[in-house]
Amino acid sequence: MRVRIPTPLRSYTRNAASVTASGSTVGEVLADLDEQFPGITFRLVDEQGSVRQHMVIWVDGRRCRDLDTPLDGIDEVVLMQALSGG
Amino acid sequence: MNTESSDVTTLLVGTRKGAWMLSGDAAREQWVASEPIFLGHIVQHLVADPRGSGTIVMAAKTGHLGPTVFRSTDQGGTWTEASRPPAFNAGDAYGRAVRTVFWVTPGHASVPGVWYAGASPQGLFRSTDDGDTWAPVAGWNDHPQWNTWAEWPDVEGTPDGSVLHSVIVDPRDAAHMYIGLSGGGVFESVDAGADWRPLNAGCAADFLPEPEYPTGHDPHCVRMHPAMPDRLYQQNHCGIYRLDRPAERWVRIGDNMPREVGDIGFPIELHPRDPDTAWVFPMDGTDVWPRTSPDGRPAVYVTRDAGESWSRLAAGLPERAWFTVKRQAMCVDRSEPVGVYFGTTSGEIWASRDGGEHWTCIVAHLPEIYSLEVA
Repeated sequence: MRVRIPTPLRSYTRNAASVTASGSTVGEVLADLDEQFPGITFRLVDEQGSVRQHMVIWVDGRRCRDLDTPLDGIDEVVLMQALSGG
Repeated sequence: MNTESSDVTTLLVGTRKGAWMLSGDAAREQWVASEPIFLGHIVQHLVADPRGSGTIVMAAKTGHLGPTVFRSTDQGGTWTEASRPPAFNAGDAYGRAVRTVFWVTPGHASVPGVWYAGASPQGLFRSTDDGDTWAPVAGWNDHPQWNTWAEWPDVEGTPDGSVLHSVIVDPRDAAHMYIGLSGGGVFESVDAGADWRPLNAGCAADFLPEPEYPTGHDPHCVRMHPAMPDRLYQQNHCGIYRLDRPAERWVRIGDNMPREVGDIGFPIELHPRDPDTAWVFPMDGTDVWPRTSPDGRPAVYVTRDAGESWSRLAAGLPERAWFTVKRQAMCVDRSEPVGVYFGTTSGEIWASRDGGEHWTCIVAHLPEIYSLEVA
């Protein structure tokens, strides 16, 4: 699974704009991402599992706020910062 | 920490757009600003450990990214993120999630490595490893009356959300603590945070319909005098107060301020050695609450008799200006005479080397200043 990383989170990925992570749901991919890059997920998802207000996860061209969303047949998750929040 | 024998004074500056460190020479006349630290981050508080560890803890977030803590163990040379930032427990009964880490306080001198953090919503968190990992203080966060005291859900919270601030540890007793809630009031614990009780008698809450309430007040900044820990000062939403424990009822010493100035404001700072001396920065709380200096004439006010009288200190300050000084944006050093400093919402830092008698702008054009501390 390819995961695209927005600029505010690239300090965690050693400036990589794209990394790979595995999982069958969005939540599992984010958990794997956090294993590889400790701390990255908490900046994106709060302790109750909610995507932070001004961050957006795109899956198959749609905004996704449900971490249980399955990723069957999906090969890319896009993490972005929303237009708001700056 | 700056002392009488220190060669330099270092100011830690938290702003809307990052942190800076300002180094002053021995005379506190020449100041050099660092390059920005975490440019673009919202830095609510930046505090150095007075226990000699060299650690600095920073409460930060960005407009998009969630809240976290950065820490330096080499006096600001390098920074790392906390491996477990302050957070409520997953599955929290109220569904609380930290929006902002707002306040950090070093723990008692007898417990090196302990730090406290106050958050929005009004949670209290503790680290025992110099800020690397943080855990909820269950005695506060899960107190049976928390939702009442913290006015949860905080739909009527202060403009950036309700905040827990002014975490105070008694230098005589690590288990004796105070916290301030905006809004909610002042609370005290005598068992290291296992249990809490409100301590608000005597404080006005003009935004509530009745004259007296046990909680629901809005302390903007609470300070304990380091040399007389039974003495507390409070700059409140409605006035300036002093409490000499074991008394339970705050005394409104702001009534002695000039009527045309009033006693509303955010910061209050104490002389490091004289328990009778405190400085405040009054603001306009009339009409729609402009939160600028009264009549646009910025001035610090000082009391040297524990609030019996106040004197205006404005020499060197602009005759007219329209900035605000936030609750964490005023501090004092330990020199003699005492240096007093404040940072403004317009990005200026003003310094006085003589207890506030004369003021000089030592840096300008920073982003909106949220906090100012002496390292």
